[in-house]
Amino acid sequence: MRIGVLALQGDFDAHRRRLEELSAEVVLVRKPGQFDEIDGLVIPGGESSTFLKLLGESTFQALNKFVHTKPTFGTCAGAILLAKQVENPHQPGLDVLDITIRRNAYGRQIDSAILEAASSFGDEPLEMVFIRAPRIERVGEGVEVLAKRGDHPVLVRKGRVMAATFHPELSPDPRVHGAFLELVKNGTK
Amino acid sequence: MSENNGNNSSLRLKTGLAEMLKGGVIMDVMSVAQAEVAEKAGAAAVMALERVPAIIRAEGGVSRMASPKLIREIMSVVSIPVMAKCRIGHFAEAQVLQEIGVDYIDESEVLTPADEEHHVDKHAFKTPFVCGARNLGEALRRIVEGAAMIRTKGEAGTGDVIHAVKHMRQIVKEMKQLTVMSDQELFAAAKNHQAPYELVRMVAKAGKLPVPNFSAGGIATPADASLMMQLGAEAVFVGSGIFMKGGATPLDLSVPKEREEAESRARAIVIATTHYDDAKIMAEVSEQMTGAMKGLAVGAIEEKDLLQTRGW
Repeated sequence: MRIGVLALQGDFDAHRRRLEELSAEVVLVRKPGQFDEIDGLVIPGGESSTFLKLLGESTFQALNKFVHTKPTFGTCAGAILLAKQVENPHQPGLDVLDITIRRNAYGRQIDSAILEAASSFGDEPLEMVFIRAPRIERVGEGVEVLAKRGDHPVLVRKGRVMAATFHPELSPDPRVHGAFLELVKNGTK
Repeated sequence: MSENNGNNSSLRLKTGLAEMLKGGVIMDVMSVAQAEVAEKAGAAAVMALERVPAIIRAEGGVSRMASPKLIREIMSVVSIPVMAKCRIGHFAEAQVLQEIGVDYIDESEVLTPADEEHHVDKHAFKTPFVCGARNLGEALRRIVEGAAMIRTKGEAGTGDVIHAVKHMRQIVKEMKQLTVMSDQELFAAAKNHQAPYELVRMVAKAGKLPVPNFSAGGIATPADASLMMQLGAEAVFVGSGIFMKGGATPLDLSVPKEREEAESRARAIVIATTHYDDAKIMAEVSEQMTGAMKGLAVGAIEEKDLLQTRGW
């Protein structure tokens, strides 16, 4: 199973390490042609506005085609890119997951926090590292909520697309990435 | 839901933001207009300051933390992280920067040091710190004080990359040497590096610093950025290279031609940092860039005028 990690900018290396621990073969994706070589894609944390600048026309097209047909997981900035609607400020995106997401909604770095909450991954609480995190303000029909921070969803899934507003790649707990790899496995059977 | 205040959670949040900046460019900006150009070009963060190093070098005088008013204005117009500098050892300036809410504090040798012996106790802050280093010992001393990111020091404000290269090579070499040492040798290495044994042992085991390592000082062109990334930097800081013409004169962003020049430099360096190992893209972006900072050769600067020797 080959998993691509979009590596234009951001914490792609943290995702690579976690996926390799889980025995996935990882490709750092920077060019349009590389989307043909992978079974699933992770869009990491970083600055979503920077990603959009760096994508350019041809890579955006290839990415857009991929996320609309193959398993994709976005964390933080990656979740912002996948969303249907982005606020604060408004910015375009891939429009593949029916959520409304608000950038930097919890504040600046001083407001970043590590929290624990129940999740759909069993009894053990899930550690969630929030860094200048966005907030999911609305989920559309059929979007499954897998974990919450207060009233707001922080980990969601619809079909082959998953998104987290926190950074499971920065926690020792591998369950979220494990769930994504399951999704890729089932999708490519 | 509960907050996890475990031992290392503060450091994990601090280094976590540094992880998010990897592969990116952090640009020095002196005004709202420059911050907007930087964000539009794809900067991963901006460093708000009143005078870039090239101007500090040309004008002299005491360089201090930027005005909170300027920093706040810049924070209000960009959505990317905003960093600001405090003087070495000046924890009161750092307290002000934390209060304003900047995302990272750079305890920087570019400003005039405020303490001849001590650096800021960075564990006392919730806001993360980045510090400069010329060698492994200096990097580890900053990390033990609480720095969550290291930037290898070049000679700021020159547009001459030679010392950024020298110190990146130095740190990489010293880390490699540790990886082949016996336990006995590591005790002696800790003494020689004037660094805590526990950190020395950690580097020996991992072959890298326990926090992200970026490069700064003298990076002025896309090829400079690529060079530093290929030598092991995980991201780059670009100071005077984007908005300066030569000496103490910045590009005038109200003049369309000069604004375009600044935008083209900023964009080219951002793309070059992402695609640092692709010479074809490097050639394309270098071609699209108009002009470059005139620069000042480090060899022509007297030892006493170097900024990089500040920090202990």
